[in-house]
Amino acid sequence: MQYLMSVFGPAEMSEFGTYPDQETMVKAMADTGAFNERLQAEGHFVYANGLASATTATVVDGRNDPPIFTDGPYLESKEYIGGFWIIEAGDLDQALTLAAEGSKACQGKVEVRPFQ
Amino acid sequence: MPGQGRGPTVPVTQVEEAITQAHHEQWARVVATLTRRFGDLDIAEEAAAEAFATAVQRWPADGLPPNPGGWLTTTANRKAIDRLRRENKRDDKHKEARVVYDDGAPEPVDAIDDDRLRLVFTCAHPALAMQTRVALTLRMVGGLTVPEIARAFLVQDSAIGQRITRAKAKIRAARIPYRVPSAADLPARVSGVLAVLFLVFNEGYLATGPDSDPVRHELTAEAIRLTRLIRALLPQDGEVAGLLALMLLTEARRTARVSASGELVTLHEQDRGAWDAPLIAEGHRLVRERLAAAAAGVAPGRYQILAAISAVHTFSRDGRDTDWSQVTALYDQLVRLDPSPIIALNRAIAVAELDGPAVALAAVDRLDDALAGYHAYHATRADLLRRLGRSQQSRAAYDKAIELAGNTAETAYLTRRRDQLR
Repeated sequence: MQYLMSVFGPAEMSEFGTYPDQETMVKAMADTGAFNERLQAEGHFVYANGLASATTATVVDGRNDPPIFTDGPYLESKEYIGGFWIIEAGDLDQALTLAAEGSKACQGKVEVRPFQ
Repeated sequence: MPGQGRGPTVPVTQVEEAITQAHHEQWARVVATLTRRFGDLDIAEEAAAEAFATAVQRWPADGLPPNPGGWLTTTANRKAIDRLRRENKRDDKHKEARVVYDDGAPEPVDAIDDDRLRLVFTCAHPALAMQTRVALTLRMVGGLTVPEIARAFLVQDSAIGQRITRAKAKIRAARIPYRVPSAADLPARVSGVLAVLFLVFNEGYLATGPDSDPVRHELTAEAIRLTRLIRALLPQDGEVAGLLALMLLTEARRTARVSASGELVTLHEQDRGAWDAPLIAEGHRLVRERLAAAAAGVAPGRYQILAAISAVHTFSRDGRDTDWSQVTALYDQLVRLDPSPIIALNRAIAVAELDGPAVALAAVDRLDDALAGYHAYHATRADLLRRLGRSQQSRAAYDKAIELAGNTAETAYLTRRRDQLR
C-alpha cells in the first residue's frame, strides 16, 4: 500500500529555505537525509523530493483550446507543499509512525494520504 | 406474519426482551466477527443490521434459537455472502478484493473477544476526528442506530450518517488496521478509547442545549456498558478500572442530582439516601482495587485519581463529614499529572472547604485568562464571592455563569442562587 506524505511550510522562504536560521536548516537536512536512508534500508522508500517555492508554479487549464496558463499556485494559501515522500507501508498505523519520524526530521507538518 | 401457524408461538414481550438482550450482548460480537472475516466494516454493519431485522421477523413465530448469538452470526454471515455475490455479479473488481469469506464455522470465545477489542480500537483510531470516533463507536460497538446517535447529540440524522459513511470509507481507503495495537502503543491507544467513552458519558451526564433533558440516561448507560465491555476485555488496565469506577460513582448520584422542579442539586445538598447503593459499592470496590495497586507501586492515571476523589465524596453519610484534606491531596496529585486550568479550578473548590473562600478565590482569580469563557469558572467565583459577602460582585459573576451555561438544570440553579443574593 502506497501513501503520499506531503510536507507543508510557509509560502515565504528566506535564504535558509523555510527554516529560521542556518543551524536549523543544516540539522533538518541532515536528519531528513538519515530518515530517507532508513526508509530505503527498510524497504519503505518509493520516491522523495523537495519542491521549488510555490511562487514558481504555473496552473494550466487545457480542458478547452487554447490552454490557459495562470501564474502562481492553484490555491492561494499561507502554507504550501514544500516537498513530499511516496512510501510503501503495510497499513495506516505504520504510515503514521513513519510520518511522525519524517515530520520530526524535516521539522514540518506532514499530511498522509493513501493512493487508490 | 411469515411462518405463522408453525412452530411454537412465543409471547411477544418475551421475544422483544430476548431481542433487546441479544442486541446488547451480541451486536458488537457479530459486527466484530464479520469485520475480520470480510475485512470491511460496512459489510459487517449492514449484515448485522439485517440479521437483527430477520430475528425480529422470525423469532416470534419460530421460537427463540437455543444459541441466539450463533444464530445471529450465522444469519449475518449469510447476508454478507449474499451481498458479495450480488456485487460480484455487478462488478468483478470486488471479487478480487473480497474473496476471503468462509462458511462461518463457529469461532472460539477468545477470538471473538479479540475481535471486539480490534473493533473498539479501529473505531477510536487517532486518525479519525473525535466526533467521528464517538459516532462510529456508538454505531459499531454500541449498536445504536444513526437516528439514535443523532438524537443523543442533537444533530441531524444526515450529519451523523455522513460522518459514519466517510469514516468507513477512510478506514478502507487509508487502510486503518483492524487489530489490537502493539504493547508499545497500547497505553496511548487505550487512553484514546477511554476519552471517547468519557465524552459520551459526560454528554449524557451534563447534557448541553436549551431544549435537552439535563441528564440523558441513554448516553450514560451506554458509556457504562461499553466501559464494562472494555474492562472485561482488558481486566489488568488500571485506567479502565478507574474510568468505570468514576462513571459508576457519578451515575449513582444521577437521580439525586436534579430536583423535581428540574434544578441542579449540588453534592452538598443531595439526598444521599437517594443514591444508588449497589453502584456506589461497586465503584468503591474498584477504587479499593486500584488503591491496592497504587500501594504496590503502580502510579495511578487521571481516571483513577478522579475516581478516588469521587469515592471520598460518596464515602460519608453526611456531606459535612467529607474529608476535604484528602480531596485536596488527590487534586494535588492530579495537578502534577494534568496541569490544566479546569483541574486547578476543581482543586480550588476543595481548598475553599479546607482553607476558606478567600484563599480559594485568590487561586480561582489566577485562572481568569484561561477560563473566562467557561461557565463553571464564573459559577465558582460567584459562590466564593457570595460566601465572602461580596454580593454585588457575586451577582455579576452569576450573570456571566448563567449566560455561558448550556445545561437547563444548571441554569435554573444558578438563577435561583443569584436571585437569593441580598
